Amino acid sequence: MQGDNSQLSMTRRDLLRLIGLSAGGAAMYAVMNRLGLAAESPYQGAPVLQGAPRGTSVLILGAGLAGMVAAYELRQAGYNVQVLEYNARPGGRNWTLRGGDTYTELGGFTQHCQFERGLYINPGPWRIPYHHRGLLDYCKKLDIPLEPFVQVNYNAYLHSAKAFDGKPQRYRTINADYRGHIAELLAKVTQQGKLEAQVTKEDQALLLDSLRQWGALNENYAYTAGPHVSNRRGYDREPGGGLSAKPLDSRPLQLHDVLGSRLWSSLTDGENYEFQTTLFQPVGGMGRIGEAFGKQLDGVIRYNTKVTAIHQDEHGVTVSYDDARRAGHTQTAHADWCICTIPLSILSQIPMNVSAPMATAIGAVPYAASVKVGLQFKRRFWEEDEDIYGGITLTDLPINTISYPSSDFNRKGKGVLLGAYLYGLDAYQFTAMSPEERVRRTVAYGSQIHPQYPQEFDNGVAVAWHRSPFTLGCFATWTDELRAKHYDNLCQIDGRIALAGEHASYLPAWQEGAVTSALDVITRLHQRVMAGGAA
Amino acid sequence: MKRAVLIVTLLLASTSFALAQTSDNTLYTDESLTHANGEAIFHAICQGCHMPDAKGATGAGTYPALANNPKLASPQYMAAVILFGRHDMPSFVERPAAHGNFFKDTMLTDEQVAEVINYVRTHFGNHYANGITAADVAAMHPQTATTKP
Repeated sequence: MQGDNSQLSMTRRDLLRLIGLSAGGAAMYAVMNRLGLAAESPYQGAPVLQGAPRGTSVLILGAGLAGMVAAYELRQAGYNVQVLEYNARPGGRNWTLRGGDTYTELGGFTQHCQFERGLYINPGPWRIPYHHRGLLDYCKKLDIPLEPFVQVNYNAYLHSAKAFDGKPQRYRTINADYRGHIAELLAKVTQQGKLEAQVTKEDQALLLDSLRQWGALNENYAYTAGPHVSNRRGYDREPGGGLSAKPLDSRPLQLHDVLGSRLWSSLTDGENYEFQTTLFQPVGGMGRIGEAFGKQLDGVIRYNTKVTAIHQDEHGVTVSYDDARRAGHTQTAHADWCICTIPLSILSQIPMNVSAPMATAIGAVPYAASVKVGLQFKRRFWEEDEDIYGGITLTDLPINTISYPSSDFNRKGKGVLLGAYLYGLDAYQFTAMSPEERVRRTVAYGSQIHPQYPQEFDNGVAVAWHRSPFTLGCFATWTDELRAKHYDNLCQIDGRIALAGEHASYLPAWQEGAVTSALDVITRLHQRVMAGGAA
Repeated sequence: MKRAVLIVTLLLASTSFALAQTSDNTLYTDESLTHANGEAIFHAICQGCHMPDAKGATGAGTYPALANNPKLASPQYMAAVILFGRHDMPSFVERPAAHGNFFKDTMLTDEQVAEVINYVRTHFGNHYANGITAADVAAMHPQTATTKP
């Protein structure tokens, strides 16, 4: 609030102070919202759906987050709700594999997870950004304890098989050296007067000051070994107590080596909006959310149910289904309305009488390949040997990512880390392998970064999303072109049928997309019911 | 004679399958993939969904079999599916990098599309005599198709 608006903002501030004094913070926040001063968010809290006609029924297909959010809210609003779910468990892609779990992927490849009690891997979503307010709200409602998810760890590694003889570098040193050298260069250019045309004299002085701080430059604006640089990039010998206390400064890498390593390309991951601190994870695994929803909807969800056809007419929607474990005995379920959260990868194969534009949209969106591999080790060597507590190592090896657990820090005993998180061609190739081969390869590749792998490896599980029987893929891969053509058609209520899920959102692959899409669709559906029925 | 050829072909197929499953070969990168032949592409990519025996698989939905599937009678149909995708199957056509996704699209040259089709149509119990060429595949690109005189 500057310049021409100062008069107005003073008035607003006075008004707000008065309201705050007389009516309290909540009222003040509401007014701020109306004045457009508070942060905007698409999530406005769960919708309040009032006046549902008695006995109105909604059939929900899929007990993932979208389906269960819709079921939870519509039940609260007084609708008769039934949910059909292919799996034997709630959650869909919200899923945690723990010791004792068995998972059979398409092709009949079965894995028995042998993790120790309390250890797990999240094959699907695994982190919750602080601004995913819808999902966080349900975690609060369902009493799901959260803990921080560590995204950026300065002591984790950046690794390239083609740089520094394949030796992993600490994030901290690459970050400090990249910044330090750039700051030094920019300071030189500034001092040589080459920015005269763009930057005023006063700003040049400020720029130099800021570069010295930003890049840890010395009094001559040079990036060179010394205590201030070691304080960024780390020491060759750490400061300590007593006679062996004196720290030994480390020497920066050359700019040429830092640039040539291309490790700088991994420095900014944690600066993306979705990965900025603070992130969360449910204590005990992401699957805790789906499990908690499942408890809330006990008796409402019919499991092991494979939808085979969806038909609507002027009276309602009829869904045909088989037992997912043995086909042949087809049954039907009927309701006034249907919210279908079945992934498009599967829905595109199910006969359903909707308009041509919606049917075309359903068939138009490909699904991404992705693979995750969880590895159990006999000890938490990344903590014990390498001082890495949570966070992510990035590599140009096919495994792409190693993520260290953000829980049970500094404990004795076994630990499970995410040994691979693959996309693109790497994911295709891992999908094409047997699960055992994926695990074996993950251990082999990871050994290039952590030589302890072969000695400490215990067991592992690998989930390739294109082989997941309940999704046939990881998530809907929209492009700008596909969105322009199909997105609105996909999200329309078509007669008595409406779709929801991450595929019906601008947050593909994120649980928040599923949650907000479900809330949006039940709000519109309720409006239509209140307005007197199908279009 | 024909029988002997068939047996040799089957033996070769099963040997290469075993190799693909257990070898320590480095995986293809986006760059090195351009050197992969039809058989290698099948084992590196296609069998992920269509399965190593090309029999497909069924869960809540189905991946169609590439063995004993009458749709394989048309290599042009297969080329269209590989080039432009179908339902959840992604497109493999060579195209400029798409922005908006954080991973690279996997692309196959027209030559590779033709090769993988010809490989599938002569293995897994398929015995189609006619093949498809890279030129046939190239003619199916929209820009080629729409620039007719």
